[in-house]
Order: sequence, then structure tokens, then C-alpha cells
Amino acid sequence: MAERNIATLASTPTLPCHVRLHHDSVRERWVALAPERVVELDERSLAVLRLCDGSRTIQALASELAKAYDAPEEMIAEDVLAFVQEWSDRMLVRL
Amino acid sequence: MSDTQNGKSNGSAHVAPPSGMLAELTHRCPLQCPYCSNPLELHKAADELDTKTWFSVFDQAAELGVLQVHLSGGEPTLRDDLEDMVAHLTKRGIYANLITAGVTLDRDRLARLSEAGLAHIQLSFQSVNAERADRIGNAKNALAKKLETAAWARELGLAITLNAPIHRQNIDEIGAYFDKAVEIGAERIEVAHVQYYGWALKNRAALIPSAEQTARAQEVVDDARLRLKGILNIDCVVPDYYAKYPKPCMCGWGNEFLAVTPTGVVLPCHAAQTIPTLEFDNVIDRPLAEIWWQGSAFQAFRGTEWMQEPCRSCERKEVDFGGCRCQAYALTGDAAATDPACTLSPHHGAMRDLADGESADQPTDFIYRRIGLYSA
Repeated sequence: MAERNIATLASTPTLPCHVRLHHDSVRERWVALAPERVVELDERSLAVLRLCDGSRTIQALASELAKAYDAPEEMIAEDVLAFVQEWSDRMLVRL
Repeated sequence: MSDTQNGKSNGSAHVAPPSGMLAELTHRCPLQCPYCSNPLELHKAADELDTKTWFSVFDQAAELGVLQVHLSGGEPTLRDDLEDMVAHLTKRGIYANLITAGVTLDRDRLARLSEAGLAHIQLSFQSVNAERADRIGNAKNALAKKLETAAWARELGLAITLNAPIHRQNIDEIGAYFDKAVEIGAERIEVAHVQYYGWALKNRAALIPSAEQTARAQEVVDDARLRLKGILNIDCVVPDYYAKYPKPCMCGWGNEFLAVTPTGVVLPCHAAQTIPTLEFDNVIDRPLAEIWWQGSAFQAFRGTEWMQEPCRSCERKEVDFGGCRCQAYALTGDAAATDPACTLSPHHGAMRDLADGESADQPTDFIYRRIGLYSA
């Protein structure tokens, strides 16, 4: 029986091939294109999703973002965990 | 030209470019479902747009702002240029969704579609019971073929949406549909209560569930939403004969969405041709962008200016946009009336009586959907 995946700091999130990051040049924004759905991305979401390539743990991902945005790593890690869990629950990120 | 790039004003309404397009590539289909969303007057293969014209439509759609194309029909896999279409869309950055019955594909073809850039298929299941599935689709061995297609899709790494068209003859299967979706590894299920226009309106007495059945089905859906969180995405189109407010049909007429028929007619909604007062443009005669921004059918119910009471002064007018224009026309004879699915419509009581009456009687025999039954 399938089970819900729970994100931890050790998870290595990946964008599945049915989710594509796309620059919408008509509306001048970034979106994620997924099965029958368009999700508008803010700068933060885009930065996280770009790093979801299966090679980084959430911990490492948070560390990179903390440096890039000059923000406390612990706070970023908490945000990223919640974000990745939400996207995993929508079947848009694999853990 | 800049006013066509990021939306423009149309009287009081701000018009945005479309984000989604339904491409009905063909009316041909191996199934004959009695609730088919195609019009009663179906076209033959000889009338269909050629590959080159579809490519031009996709190019124009990309420039206009379309991000998702739903390749549908009929059965879109009956077009032998489907792989080329998927490749063309992918090249233009448009996300292709293949809407299929899944009875005509083989593994090689699915692999070629995947290589062309296809990442998602929506597979319709008339029932998860083999005998019933064949009776509803007037087909042979359809369920087994669909399950085989789903297994290939999984192997190839394609995302799957299980589409469940729901009516009185399969509504008690909803729980089994969720199990089947999980079993085949679908990411998503669409519980699509049949909408009653076109073929489904002809077959309404065979299809419409009772209020009790509908309420029971909703409980199963609500339970599954909790139980299957993170396992299966559940989208549910509520059967609006029993709703309090109408559905926000098309997210507003001419607001986000357009459909192109097999012969190139451009529609604000796939059922719009059921409204006889509207005139439609064809991509062969007029650029797609011009049709979107200026076409008379798109202007007809865009924004809120066209509304009558009780919609005009309603605080929900930009929430549900007055509901479905096709349903308003089908049940009141006035396409600008409030959708009778709304409890505020003076026709709501009559609509509810119809539903209660028809669903209490024995279901009528199906009038199966087929080309030529009603002349095009």
C-alpha cells in the first residue's frame, strides 16, 4: 500500500519529469507546469525548486539558500521543509 | 501590439490572455460513451484540420500566452501525427496533456510520445468493473486495455490522471475508483460528475444520480481526501443539479481558456456551440489572437456587463461568473440567464424537480454517441 512521504532534513527532493519550470514570457513570470495545472512561482519558490535535483539534502539546500540570501540557516530549513512537504503532497516533488 | 501582450481593457472587464487550450483533434473514437462532451453533430476524418494548420494554431497559441494544451477528441491517438504535435508543442514550451481512452495505444507508440516530450496522460475509466465499462462505452475488453496502457505509462515514467466520469450507473463505485487509481500508480484522479449538455442531456434520464447518491459519493470523496493525502491528488467536479451555487464555469467566459474543434472552430468553452445565438470564428479564416481579443462569441459573456439579475447585483458574480452559459441556455432558453444550478435562480426549483424525478425512475436505455446519428 502506498504511503505519504514525509520530508526530513535528510530527504533529497527531486522535480519529477512531469513538472517543468518555465519562463512565461507573455506575463513576465516563472511558473511550474504540471499535469493540467500552472503554478505561479515567486522568487523563493523558484530558488528552492531549482535546487531540487536529487543531489542535495534539504539540509544542504537550506544551507546554500541561507548563504545566498544571508539569512539564518535554521529558519530557512524550516521554511524549505514545509514547502517541500506541501509540494510532495501535491505530487509535484519526489522525496 | 502591446495591448495584446499583457491583457487589455474591454469596457469594465480586464481581459487577460488565455493560459489553457483544448485541442479537439478528431471526433473519431472507438468508444461511444453516452455522456460524450463532443457536440451531437460530429465531423468525419475528411473534415479535420491538417498537421500544418494545427502547428500554426499551436504557434499562435504560444505567442498568445497559452501554457497548457489538452490534446483531446474524440480519441486523439487516432491522429497518426500526434507524436509530431507533441514534439511541436514541447518545442514551443507548451505543456501537453494527452486526454485518452487508452484503448488504442501500444507500448511503442506511447514510448514515441514520451520521447516527443509527453509527460502526462489522462486516462478515462468508464467503470472499474469490466462488464460495466464495456456497456457504458459500448466497447469490448476496454478495461483490460486501459490497465495495460496505465502499466506502460508507469514504466515509461509518465504521470497519470485517472478520469472518472460519474453518473447514476457507476456512482457507487467511487471508492473502488480511488483504490484503482492508487493501484495503477496515478498521481491524480478527476472525479468528474457528468455535466448535462449535448449527449449527456439526451441521456440525462439514464445518467443523473439522486440527491442521496450524490451526497453519499461526496462523503466517500471527503474521506479519501484525508486518507490519501500525499498519495493521490483528488479533483472533484461537483454535480451542480444538487449544488447551492453554480460552478465557476471555465473560470469565467473568455477569461483563461479556449477550445479548438477538429475543423478549426474556436470556442470559449467546448460546449458553446449548443448556444445557437453565438457566431464562431475559424482559425482558417482569422488569427487566433484576433479571435480571442475581438471574436464576437468571446465578447458575448466576458466580464460581468452582460449579466441580468440576480447575478448583476450578486456579491458572488466574480466568484462563479453566473455559472455555465450552456446550461443556462439548455434549461431556460436564455444564455444570459443565471445558471439554474444557483439557488438564487427562479428556475432552480424546476431544475431540482427534473433531477429528482428522473433519478427516481428506472434509467432509460443509452443513446450511444456515434458519428452520423445527428448530421453535421
